[in-house]
Amino acid sequence: MNWSEFFSMGGYGFYVWGSYLTALIVIGGEVVLLMRRKKACKRVNRD
Amino acid sequence: MNWYKYASPSAFYPLAGKMIPWFAIPAAILFAVGLYIGFFVAPTDFQQGDAYRIMFIHVPAAWMGMFLYVLMAFYAGLGWAFNARLSSMMASALAVTGALFTFISLVTGAFWGKPTWGTWWVWDARMTSTLILLFLYVGFISLQSAIDDPRRADRAGAVLALVGVINVPIIYFSVQWWNTLHQGATIRILAKPTIAPSMVAAMLVLLAACWLYSIAIVLVRLRCIILEREQNAAWVAEGAA
Amino acid sequence: MFRWIVARDLTLAWRRRADVLSTLFFFVIVVSLFPLGIGPETQLLRSIAPGVVWVAALLASMLSLGRVFANDYQDGTLEQMLLTPQPLYLVVMGKVLAQWLVSEVPLVLIAPLIGVQFDLAPDALLTLFISLLLGTPILSLIGSIGAALTLGLRGSGVLISLLILPLYIPVLIFGAGAVDASITGMSAQANLYLLAAFLVVSLVFAPWATSAALRISLE
Repeated sequence: MNWSEFFSMGGYGFYVWGSYLTALIVIGGEVVLLMRRKKACKRVNRD
Repeated sequence: MNWYKYASPSAFYPLAGKMIPWFAIPAAILFAVGLYIGFFVAPTDFQQGDAYRIMFIHVPAAWMGMFLYVLMAFYAGLGWAFNARLSSMMASALAVTGALFTFISLVTGAFWGKPTWGTWWVWDARMTSTLILLFLYVGFISLQSAIDDPRRADRAGAVLALVGVINVPIIYFSVQWWNTLHQGATIRILAKPTIAPSMVAAMLVLLAACWLYSIAIVLVRLRCIILEREQNAAWVAEGAA
Repeated sequence: MFRWIVARDLTLAWRRRADVLSTLFFFVIVVSLFPLGIGPETQLLRSIAPGVVWVAALLASMLSLGRVFANDYQDGTLEQMLLTPQPLYLVVMGKVLAQWLVSEVPLVLIAPLIGVQFDLAPDALLTLFISLLLGTPILSLIGSIGAALTLGLRGSGVLISLLILPLYIPVLIFGAGAVDASITGMSAQANLYLLAAFLVVSLVFAPWATSAALRISLE
């Protein structure tokens, strides 16, 4: 497995990894923010 | 089995809690599997090189954006017609996820467009309609957050979502018409002469992953919404863990 | 009842002429900004004219849409209207008609003059006029849904635009497209027929949606 070849994606590396990175950030962000919201609303309900 | 009892937020809350892992874990697995197939099994495309691999996340994201909007409108309508709070809460829970998927599809679409067609943005029917879909989501979310009274927010959102959902095919049709009229250079939207089975597989697996993820995340958000809105109900105080 | 509502709204609007005129002036000013920003080259101006005039009409209308129900809501008249035995549909139609007559028709009438600024040919000017004549009622109808949904909310002005403009995009596309077709010498008929179809559909469904929205907002 040639990793540098894989990483460059035939020259399109920026676009391919840019896309997947964006998707990862957005989905990851959604999860993180939702977990925070979950904690906050559980805390409020405990009172 | 009496399913109707789950229509109340208090009964659905624990059920949703139990359901979440059953969706979240398979989602993670399918994401891994799909990405593996997409990157290691699917061959390099003859015309587009490796850039086409963006499709594996772009297409599922676009579909999720559309499906979730219809689902949102459906639940909102249901909540309005039957005065079912839980349905309306479900609609509100779906909105953010749908909007985010739509956003992902726009960004990945731009990343795909640049190497393939030379520009970051193309005013083709699909991309433009997707952009407008994002506006519709933002409108729904903004309207609901601007209204303090939850029931009014639910119903107003329902009207908006339903008017929007009827408009979506019209928007798509009109943009397509506009686009074919204004088309400058001939742009083939999805140039895939032959599509290898592994490519189809990767896309479908990732689509399934997105669905499972959506269900899981929407259920989590739904539980938050239930807690936030039912704060004064007795069952919450009794310990909703 | 219908006639009474229209007459009442027209009278009230006449008493607040400044509001109405400011919408018109906004339209004229916004349209004039484009040549100033883009440059006076006639060929370019002619090609952007349909879009510019249509978008400016949209934006100017956004200013006036908030007023359709807001004033009556604030002094309690709207609630009374909801309680009358007359169908709410008629009340809505009356108010929408009044708003169209007061805010949109001036735009439609002045648009051909604006079109001249962009060096449009007479047949293009006529198409501009007709397309706006068909398109502005649709805007009033769809806009009334937004106005009803956002009744009494903070920041309702911007919110209405946010809600309505995406829904209005097909009308914009076909409306501006009609004028565009005229300019390039093709027939604008298809576009105009589609606009007419949208108008008919809006006439039937929008007041119903607006009535539902009013009941929701006034509960």
